[in-house]
Amino acid sequence: MNESLFQFEIVIVGAGPAGLAAACAAAECGRRVAVIDSTPRPGGQIWRGQPRHSSSEARFWIERFHRSGVTWLEETSVVAASGNWLLAEHRNRPRKIGWEKLILATGARELFLPFPGWTLPGVFGPGGLLGMVKNGWPIAGKKVVVAGTGPLLLAAALGLKQHGAKIMLLAEQAAAAQVRGLALNLLCYPRKLIQGAVIKAQLAGIPQRCAAWPVRAFGHDHVESVELTDGRERWMEACDVLACGYHLTPNLELPRLMRCAMAEGFVKVDDWQSTSVATVYCAGELTGIGGADAALIEGQIAGYAAAGEPDSARALFSRRASAHGFRRALARAFALRPEVKALATDETLLCRCEDVTWGRVKSFGNWREAKLLTRCGMGTCQGRICGSAAKVILGWENESVNPPVFPARINSLLEPLKM
Amino acid sequence: MNDRIQEKEKTILTGSIQVVVNGRPVAVPPGSVVAAAIALAGITQFRRSVSGLPRGPFCGMGVCMECCVTIDGQANSRSCLTLCANRMDIRTDE
Repeated sequence: MNESLFQFEIVIVGAGPAGLAAACAAAECGRRVAVIDSTPRPGGQIWRGQPRHSSSEARFWIERFHRSGVTWLEETSVVAASGNWLLAEHRNRPRKIGWEKLILATGARELFLPFPGWTLPGVFGPGGLLGMVKNGWPIAGKKVVVAGTGPLLLAAALGLKQHGAKIMLLAEQAAAAQVRGLALNLLCYPRKLIQGAVIKAQLAGIPQRCAAWPVRAFGHDHVESVELTDGRERWMEACDVLACGYHLTPNLELPRLMRCAMAEGFVKVDDWQSTSVATVYCAGELTGIGGADAALIEGQIAGYAAAGEPDSARALFSRRASAHGFRRALARAFALRPEVKALATDETLLCRCEDVTWGRVKSFGNWREAKLLTRCGMGTCQGRICGSAAKVILGWENESVNPPVFPARINSLLEPLKM
Repeated sequence: MNDRIQEKEKTILTGSIQVVVNGRPVAVPPGSVVAAAIALAGITQFRRSVSGLPRGPFCGMGVCMECCVTIDGQANSRSCLTLCANRMDIRTDE
């Protein structure tokens, strides 16, 4: 599809579980719906990849999505918003997309915390690496250390092993007792318990350690080894790849641009998934890190609510409440220990785009000052990596979001004015 | 048009897409992203940072911009998100 001007009743940003569920719900109510995503295929990060790698649940939703009559605007990144229009870019060409109701389902990205050596090629986010491996990145025969925190580590280690990687170690920073607490909590959620058990079983053969984390990556032009610790002793693991991430952080740029109110680091929504801006809805990780199950339920509620079908939405409220119980358990189980927030030395780069060191940034009182005087967060990722880290380590908020929310060609902003 | 059809048949027959990485032909499985083609070409340094340090893909999901390369003449294209297409011209470290 190469047109540039679009108009729909309901526009959904994000084609992960929340966005696909919202799209199916709204379209099956007879609304004219479009889904926008920066990637080439629906599924989002969690269901990313070719169909042969997908779970039955992913196949179910993606097939339902393709049957639903929704307009699929792939490889389209939103760069700005103006009134009831989104300005976006598709293969370097501008797109202007009009909406009456907007559902934001932009999901989450991995949280990264700086440590010496984290900028070396060969250091990845675990979820992102698995996504690339599903899209052809060669991993067979490679020695991989998976580290950080969160359920994504298990899924990544398993997926990478299935693609032929040699997992040297899976290091989870949370204490074993904490993670067991999650397992106990899972007893209330049978489906998740089964998924967890299946993954655990398949993981047999992968060396795992709780209460352990990486402190430094070594290598010249590429990572060659990583030093880890359990707080008492330190040891080295040789590796070709270090996959290290600290669970997830929501992609709040678009809801912030739309001036949606926040609460405790997430978008504030009511029972109908409606934000403080009445015509804008949010679903999935934007409202709290709860995984695909919560995202599918919230997505459907948002889709029905936006389509003006409150009864269908209300029927899902109790399932959402139970998914939110799991969300709280996740946050407790994978709470970050203070040590992993204190790994950067003064020479360690915090801002990877502008090469600004931790030593320079930490001497300022807030994000805004540090940004103005060091250029940290002013590079092409626009603070998505270093700003998230600064928020977790220093508690600095990065609330101002200005268009373009993504690096864009100047014509993507100028041409829509003439449309 | 005939070229296109022939290329499609070639993809079906050989099960691969042919791209060019820094002037060298590389065959990748269909559905591969550009980053995968660069890695298959044996290249680990995708670009240099503002102070000249080697960098490669990091977040793997289009957020960090570390994997940016030149694709068909378009600089600063995210190689972790862009799918390979036949005869695509890919240049690293520019």
